[in-house]
Formats: sequence, C-alpha cells, structure tokens
Amino acid sequence: MQKIIMISAALGTAVFASSVLGKSSINLTQGVTDISQRVYDLHMTILIICAVIGVVVFGAMFYVILNHRKSKGAQAAQFHESTKVEILWTIIPFFILIGMAIPATSTLIEMEDNSQADITIKVTGSQWKWHYQYFDHDFGFYSLLSTPQDQINNISKKTENYLLEVDKPLVIPINKKVRFLITADDVIHAWWVPAFAVKQDANPGFINEAWTRVNEPGIYRGQCAELCGKDHGFMPIVVRALPQAEYDAWLKGQLNEVAQAQQAEQQALASTMTMEESMVLGEEVYVARCAMCHQVGGEGIPGAFPKIKDSPIALGDVALHIDIVKNGKAATAMQAFASQLTAKELAAVITYERNAWGNDTGDVVQVTDVKEAK
Amino acid sequence: MNTATTTSDEQQQEHHDHKPKGIMRWLLTTNHKDIGSLYLMFSFLMFLIGGAMAMIIRAELYQPGLQIVEPNFFNQMTTVHGLIMVFGAVMPAFTGLANWMIPMMIGAPDMALPRLNNWSFWILPMAFTILLSSLFMEGGGPNFGWTFYAPLSTTYAPDSTALFVFAIHIMGISSILGAINVVVTIINMRAPGMTYMKMPLFVWTWLITAFLLIAVMPVLAATVTMVLTDKYFGTSFFAAAGGGDPVLFQHIFWFFGHPEVYIMILPSFGIISAIIPAFSRKKLFGYSSMVYATASIALLSFLVWAHHMFTTGMPVAAELFFMYCTMLISVPTGVKVFNWVATMWRGSLTFETPMLFAIAFIVLFTIGGFSGLMLAITPADFQYHDTYFVVAHFHYVLVTGAIFSIMAAAYYWLPKWTGYMYDERLGKIHFWASVISVNVLFFPMHFLGLAGMPRRVPDYALQFADFNQLVSLGGFAFGLSQLIFLVVVIKCARGGEKAPAKPWEGAEGLEWEMPSPAPYHSHTTPPEIK
Repeated sequence: MQKIIMISAALGTAVFASSVLGKSSINLTQGVTDISQRVYDLHMTILIICAVIGVVVFGAMFYVILNHRKSKGAQAAQFHESTKVEILWTIIPFFILIGMAIPATSTLIEMEDNSQADITIKVTGSQWKWHYQYFDHDFGFYSLLSTPQDQINNISKKTENYLLEVDKPLVIPINKKVRFLITADDVIHAWWVPAFAVKQDANPGFINEAWTRVNEPGIYRGQCAELCGKDHGFMPIVVRALPQAEYDAWLKGQLNEVAQAQQAEQQALASTMTMEESMVLGEEVYVARCAMCHQVGGEGIPGAFPKIKDSPIALGDVALHIDIVKNGKAATAMQAFASQLTAKELAAVITYERNAWGNDTGDVVQVTDVKEAK
Repeated sequence: MNTATTTSDEQQQEHHDHKPKGIMRWLLTTNHKDIGSLYLMFSFLMFLIGGAMAMIIRAELYQPGLQIVEPNFFNQMTTVHGLIMVFGAVMPAFTGLANWMIPMMIGAPDMALPRLNNWSFWILPMAFTILLSSLFMEGGGPNFGWTFYAPLSTTYAPDSTALFVFAIHIMGISSILGAINVVVTIINMRAPGMTYMKMPLFVWTWLITAFLLIAVMPVLAATVTMVLTDKYFGTSFFAAAGGGDPVLFQHIFWFFGHPEVYIMILPSFGIISAIIPAFSRKKLFGYSSMVYATASIALLSFLVWAHHMFTTGMPVAAELFFMYCTMLISVPTGVKVFNWVATMWRGSLTFETPMLFAIAFIVLFTIGGFSGLMLAITPADFQYHDTYFVVAHFHYVLVTGAIFSIMAAAYYWLPKWTGYMYDERLGKIHFWASVISVNVLFFPMHFLGLAGMPRRVPDYALQFADFNQLVSLGGFAFGLSQLIFLVVVIKCARGGEKAPAKPWEGAEGLEWEMPSPAPYHSHTTPPEIK
C-alpha cells in the first residue's frame, strides 16, 4: 500500500510540475491597480495560512497512518476526550480568523468607496454584448465579441486572443478614478476585469457601482461572469488604459466620429437604397447581430428563438416588422435595436430578412420608412 | 406484543417475512430496508445519469472551440447535471442510508411512518422522469443553471420551465416527507435507555439535517412557485419593471441553498464519525463536542446565505456581516476534523476500503473547507466568484466530501445489508482509481479559476486549454472508476464470503448485534442499551 501511495504521490507531483512549467498561469493576477494588489496579497495570506494548517493537520494524520497501524502491532489507547485540548482547538482558530478578518475588512471598505470619481462610465450588459456610455461627454458605443465564427467552429485557426477580443474596447485614462455604473437590459450579467479586481453584477432595473484607478497603460481583458443564457461564454470585456494625453486624443476622435455619423444619417435619409445594396449590408448586419439567436439560415431554434424564414412577420405587414426590430418585443429575448443600429442598417437588415431564404416579398425598406416608424 | 414475547425472534421473522413477490414487493413495500434499498439504487442510477452529463460537459471542454454540443444544450447539461446530482444522487442516497440504518441504530423495528415512507420514495422517480423528459421538449429543458437565477429562469426561460418547477415541487415534497419520518422515528422510537446523548452520531447528524430540510424545503417551494407565476401568470416578484427585484430571488434561493449545502454534508459527518473509530479500534474523540459542533454548523447555516451574493451590490455592512459569519463556520468544522484526527491518534489502524474512503474524505473535504474559507473573504471573493475556483471548491466538498462518505458508508454496511463480504481487492482498486482521478479532475480547476476562467462556459480562451484537457481526462477516468463500484455491489449482493454479525473488529452500534444480512424486520423486541 505504501508503494501505491508513493507512486500516486510521484505521479501527482509530475503532473503538477509539468503543468506549472507549461505556459498556463496558475495563480491569481496581481493586476494593475492598488486594490488588485491588495486583493492579491490578501489571497496569498489566506492561502498560506490554510496551507500551514493543512500541513500540520495532514502531517499529524499521516504520522498516525504510518505509525499507529495494527500491522505494526499498535495497541489502541483508551482516551476519548480532553476538555483542555478541545477548548484550545476551538479558540486558536478563532484568533487566526480575527487575524484574517482585519485586512479583509479594511480592503473591502476601500473597495466600496465609490466617492470622488474623475470619470463616470455607465456599463450596460445585454444578451450578449456590453454597452459603454461616457456620462461626461454624452456618447457611447456597443462592444461585441470580434472572434470570427469560423474560429469558434474550428474551421480556421484560433488566434492569440480567441474569445477575449472585441470590435470596440472600452477606453479609460490611467491614474484617474473611473467609476462604473453597472446595469443590464435583460438578464443578470457580471462585468469582470481580473486585472482591476472589479467584478460587479449587472442587474436589470438596478444600478451597481464599482471603481478602478489603473496604474499602468495596457490592454486588459475580462469576461461576463454571470450565466446569462446561450452565449454567456461569448461576451468578453476589453479595456484599453491610456495615458491622459492619448486618452484625450482618442476622446476627440470619438466625438468627431459621432458628429460625422449624425451627418451620414441625415444624408441617408435623402438617399434611396437599392435591393442589391440593402441585401449586402443587411446580410452583414444580420450575421453580426441577429444570427446568434435566429440562426444564419433564419430557421431559429424551435421553442427558444422564432424562425424568420417563412414567418408571418417577415412575410406580412412591413410596419409590424419594423416595429419589432426597432422596439423589440416585451417579455422576450428580442431586444430593441433602434439604439443599437443606424437607421440605414435597420432598413437594410429588415429588407434582408424579408427577401433572404426564399422570403421573396420584394419589399425594399428605406431609411425614411424606419425613421418615420415609431 | 404478548405473542412476540413468547415466540423467539427467529420464528417471528419467519412469520412476518411474507411479502408480495416481484415488482409488487417494491411498489407496495413499507419496510424500511426495502425502501432504503430503493433509495440507494435510485440514487446510484441518478449518479450515473448525472455523471453521463458531466462526461458530455467535459468532452465539450476537452478542447477550445465548439465541437460536440451547442451552447444552449451545454447550458442544459450543466443545469440538469447539478439538479440531478443534488436532488437525485446525494440527497436520496442519504435518505436511503437513513432508512436502512436509523431504525437498526436506535433499536426500533422500522420507521415511524411506513406508508408515508413508501410515498416519499415513489414520487421521486416521477419527479425525475418529468425533469429528464423536459430535455426532449421543443426548446429544450432547463438551461439557466441549477440555481435558476431570475429573470433568466422566468422571462427568458424555455417553455419547459413549468415542468422544471413541477419536478422541483415533487422532489421537495419527497424530501420533507422523508425528513418528517426521520424526526418522528428518532424522537419516538428509540429503544428504552437510548438517550439522546447515547445516539450514534449518524443518527444525531440526520436528526439535525431533517430539521434543516423541514425548515428550508418550503422556501425552495416558494421560490419555484414565484418563478412559475412570474413566467406564466404575469406577476413581477423578480422583475424590476413591475416593482420586483431580481436580487430578491437570490436572497430567497440562497436562504434555502446554504442550509441545503449542509444538508448534503452533515450526514457525511455522521458516517465518518462511525467509520474512523471502527478502523482505529478506539472510541470517537469528543462525542459531545461533535454533537454541539453539528448543531452550531446547522444554526450558522441560516446566517450566511448572502456570501453567495457578494457581487450583487450589497451594502458594505451586509457584506461584512456575512463574511464574519461565514468565517465563523470554520470553527466548528475545524473541531470536527481535529476530533477525527485525535480519534485516529494512537489507535490501532487498519485500512479496509471504508477506512480508505473515510481518510480521503477528511483530507479532501478539508481542502474544500480551505477554499471555502478563502471564498468567504469578500474582497478575494470578488476575484473568485463565478470562476472555476468555485467549481473546484464545491466539487471538493460534494464529490470528495458527500459522495466519498456515501461510498465509505456503502462499503462499511454492505456486509450487513447483503450478508456477504464485498470483494476487498476490487474495493481497493475502486478507491485508488477514484482518489487519483478525482484529484486530477478537480484540483487543476483551482488554477483555472484563479487564472480567470468563468464557470458555465462552453468554450474558453487558449491559455486555459492545457488544464482543461487534464481536467477532462481526470473526469473520464473518475467516471469510469465508478463502474467498478457497481461491479463490487452486484458481486456482493449475489454471494461471496459469508459475513459475520460484526465483520469489523472495532465497530460499535446496535446494527452489529443483528445477524448479517439484517433480518427483514429490525429489532422486533427492544434491545438492551448498555
């Protein structure tokens, strides 16, 4: 039996060592904020205390296992209680716990101090993307997974930041207290960036607070941490922390883009879209935003997400179709896309849905139709 | 009673032994041993089904990318795996052990409420048939995690949610009925002289567990009912738009859920407290402090629920309160571990399969306790919460904790149940295969969680690939190892070396004073309590 123990111990060590030597990291990140460093220190302190207790208790146990065996002629002693010892091992752990609770309490109180922020950003989770709203500048954008579907389906090779990359990362300045107001549109999500030691649930209808002050510029990646439905594993978070000057430049560029987009929207109103143009843009939008539920072929998932192919809505009244896409459908997973897509994109995707996969209505929805609808 | 006193025990058993043959024996049985066997067989079947789902999960996670199942089906697998293992495998196994052992241990002829006992078992297969059949419905079965957080389980849930709710209701009724039976039996049917402080710890821990069950299963029933009305009848308990609050769901759920965690571990403490002394040939160290520790764990279990919810945005004061209370639980739990080690100290140890599982329980459950203590520290929990670190933690306490103790109990009492000794060599193979593979399976999950892998994801970033592969291999090996247990039990039931009344030299308790296999009716005359 001892042999078996030895072999298994050796095996375990070998497996452990080989994984440690591999590229995988095995411990909590120290992160890039003072708080994340304090959380890391707290984590290491408790880990070491637990390890020491473990060594003592398991050490005593293995001593008994090796030495007090019947096969070695051990005779059982008769004692079965000792008030003194029992009081001792009730009280000692109690003091160890107090020792742990003190740094934990002070760290927690500091983490929960959301006051005096320099910048406020509203973070909204929805199935399955994040939206960031810069309160101080009145603009915002969606941030979606940018890993191509082909990589997920093992058709093309997975790249370095597989599942941890987005089309448009959140950008914040370093050395500033950034406050996050976190909420959700549909189900509960959780916004988590390990390098900041920030994890806060996004509850629909309620607003949670969290904050960070990043010390080093860089790109930091996280993921949604609360099960939020089918694509919970596919809504990453990417944060770019920039030095103040670069951040200001980025901000200026963003505000310019917003102004340009408004202009483009005005121009689009005046133009007429052709079927070909609509189908191309519509397919692009559909694959990126609709296919995760309604599927690439428009067939949906029976019982969960309705089909669009041959559906009464896609083949019926255009106004109703526009209404559902723009405003969503209450009490279902169908979101309101009016704030997520431009009027041109909305028009194109509705045209696409009405003419793809044999839905041959021939309708071409125009930007004005979308704009005029409620 | 006057005929019972004039005839000998054996003749009387002969007389009472008439029971229907075939399936009717099992359908109509009111015998605590038959019902215990039904519970145990059912729970093993559920263990295999829930385990098969775990195999699907691990197969999908063997490599990054989506290979085998769709994300929606993956979520159904994690959800139903959890529900089956909690409500179908662990809880019924403990109820089965309670049915078999409590009357024998306290000197009673049977459970106090035998017809109720029959029902509390037979509604279980119905509940799980409903739950499993929902997987084949259009839109699939429950996919919102076994914790079914609203509004994912209400507004955004599949159509089959009503079946899920109904199944949970039935499971809850079954648990409550079983618990009432245990309480009534222990309070009323102890043999004369069997005072509370003479009861074996398995009986004590089950008595406390039964009270926990009676206290919290109705809370679960209320929770699922609110989910039902929110989804189908337009109420807004958990929807902000109607004045409700999704976090309210979590408070109610975990007010059930945390005591539930102890429901699944307290009977284990009782089992280990029987096995460790038996194979150390030494009385249990600190019997009364074990009883008090169990009671305080049970009381504290009502004060810690919100440690599952540190990231929901609670006020600091609440976070501190729940952190301190949670840390406090490690004191009575520590007392238990220290007492077991003290029981072994200067004993005369042998290492039959039950003892091996019991020792592995102490070590591995303690590791689960350590990670539990780490999770209690709120600032650190912000990093650990909803990652594989949590998955590692609760599998250490539930698999190498609860399930290892159930295995230990099965090996310990199999000779009493079947009348034959089990195959010790196969038992040891089962133990070593399990204990090695289970650590390959769950230990690297700590690293995955710390490195940042969230739980309940069907796919993951590339830096998690190596450990996931290792974990999956451990998972397949652990799954296969459990088939050895099936072989051992079937072999033991069919024959082998005859078991004496007391096959373990150091075992104590009334069950060992009965012949092996135990007669169909337990103590028909009250035994004498020394």
